[in-house]
Amino acid sequence: MAMLEVEKLNAWYGPSHVVHDLSFAVEEGEIVALVGRNGAGKTSTLRAIMGLMPRAEGRVAFDGTSLLPLGAHARFRLGLGYVPEDRRIVPGLTVRENLELGLVAAGRTDVGAAIDEIARSFPRLKERLNQQGTTMSGGEQQMLAIARAIISRPKMVLLDEPSEGIMPVLVEEMGTLFRTLRDQGTTLLLVEQNVEWALKLAGRAIIIDQGEKVYESSAAALLADKDIQDRYCAV
Amino acid sequence: MMSTTELAAPGALPAHGPVSAGRALDRWRVPLTVAVLCVLPFVLPSQALAVNVLIYGLFTVGFNLLFGYTGLLSFGHAAFFGAGAYLTGMSIVHFGFGWLGAMLTGVVGASLLSAVIGALAIRTRGIYFCMVTLALAQLVYYLALQASGWTGGENGLRGFTVARAELIGGFSVNLLDPLQKYYFLMVFAALALWFVSRVLNSPFGAAIEAVRENETRARACGFDVERTKLLSFILSGALCGLAGTLSALHLSIVPLDALSVHTSSIVVMMTMLGGAGSFFGPFVGALVFLLIEDVASLWTSHWQLIVGIVFILFVLFMPKGIWGSLIALARREGRAPR
Repeated sequence: MAMLEVEKLNAWYGPSHVVHDLSFAVEEGEIVALVGRNGAGKTSTLRAIMGLMPRAEGRVAFDGTSLLPLGAHARFRLGLGYVPEDRRIVPGLTVRENLELGLVAAGRTDVGAAIDEIARSFPRLKERLNQQGTTMSGGEQQMLAIARAIISRPKMVLLDEPSEGIMPVLVEEMGTLFRTLRDQGTTLLLVEQNVEWALKLAGRAIIIDQGEKVYESSAAALLADKDIQDRYCAV
Repeated sequence: MMSTTELAAPGALPAHGPVSAGRALDRWRVPLTVAVLCVLPFVLPSQALAVNVLIYGLFTVGFNLLFGYTGLLSFGHAAFFGAGAYLTGMSIVHFGFGWLGAMLTGVVGASLLSAVIGALAIRTRGIYFCMVTLALAQLVYYLALQASGWTGGENGLRGFTVARAELIGGFSVNLLDPLQKYYFLMVFAALALWFVSRVLNSPFGAAIEAVRENETRARACGFDVERTKLLSFILSGALCGLAGTLSALHLSIVPLDALSVHTSSIVVMMTMLGGAGSFFGPFVGALVFLLIEDVASLWTSHWQLIVGIVFILFVLFMPKGIWGSLIALARREGRAPR
């Protein structure tokens, strides 16, 4: 049984039907890249899986549990983490408080130990625990958002364009972090505009176009197929 | 993993100076506020004004928890203030309760009322939330107006003067002495401030701020947003109810106006004058509002016109309020208290 099973998923923003009969699966411990042009429906797919779309139909099962009847908070508690693409850090809160948000919702009480543990992976955050999150650089804020998502030890993390607006050197470092997470058993579903980077990270790739799945293969195969990339992913 | 050099923020803040000053102020915010409250009767023009600042300051602190920290603008918080006051008075007049039992009745009753109103109101957002809270508070107002046998109707509830509060160990406080009464009431306000500070410093405090900033993101972080908002609403209602009980003990009457739209609106004005979403702001706002009222009403019966003009000027030119603007100024130098 796959960790995440999506079958005939449809999603709407009001009258706009943005995801059409989408089906795919993500196995435990793999990184799957969800790529496509701007407006293809990648973010809407993640939001539908996370329970943040106004209307979604079909079947989404996570670790055997059907997700669609559940609210976003209940999906999180099942072990589904989410790093959204929009402004990620809660203004007015320190780095520590932002991290605590991820712990409180998961019901973990060992706050100090959890923050020490996460600080080993994110040493720069450790130095800035009492600094307001929004005063950090874009790269640091992104790392804080990722740290907040993984501090509760989710089984799977949905990442929405984590490399957007980040310095290339930091993007590569982020890739190393994602590989480490995968090696530790965390499953990742990665939505990316930076197709080449995503395909080098992922084991499998899915292309979405106009809300529909149009291609699925190993990431290596898609990386080698420039025609497909140009047809569906070129800006 | 990220290296320190690569992730260094260009505008990284120093770990001393204004940062530590702001944090120290954060840490000592309750003792500092209580210290200011302690001297208030001696620095304000009258002790009556000091008691009003204490009571309305606490009322504003309760309101600020919902408006400033959770981002929900209620126009019906008079319902909780008035419920606290009425239930305190009614439990003395009709059931012969002592001061402590009456206060507990007031706070618990206001909390239950806020749970009911909150459960209905948090289903809505924005202007609809404002209107639902306003409408439900008006319902409470008219219930109090109609149930005159219990509440005194238009004349307000009278006849429950608590002259002396008996304490443990044979001690007692003479509530007819203005200064003793002030410090007696201040103890409850100080405990409430300590409680609010603990709430704001707790993970729940971070959660309500997350909800205020972006509900969707809070959901993505695993929070049950509706439950968080309801809990904040109830805590806010309980604090406003406590302010109402203190008002009842102070005045020995409960005017019907305690439940009116006017009371709901002045708490909004006080919060915005002081600075929504800041710990000290509510008391600053209550102090400024009541001081203007106190001074201006000596000159003219149209003092509300002056308060209105001051309020408009603040909204237009200092939307963060007095304390909020001071914080913004301090943040140019480093991390300021909230």
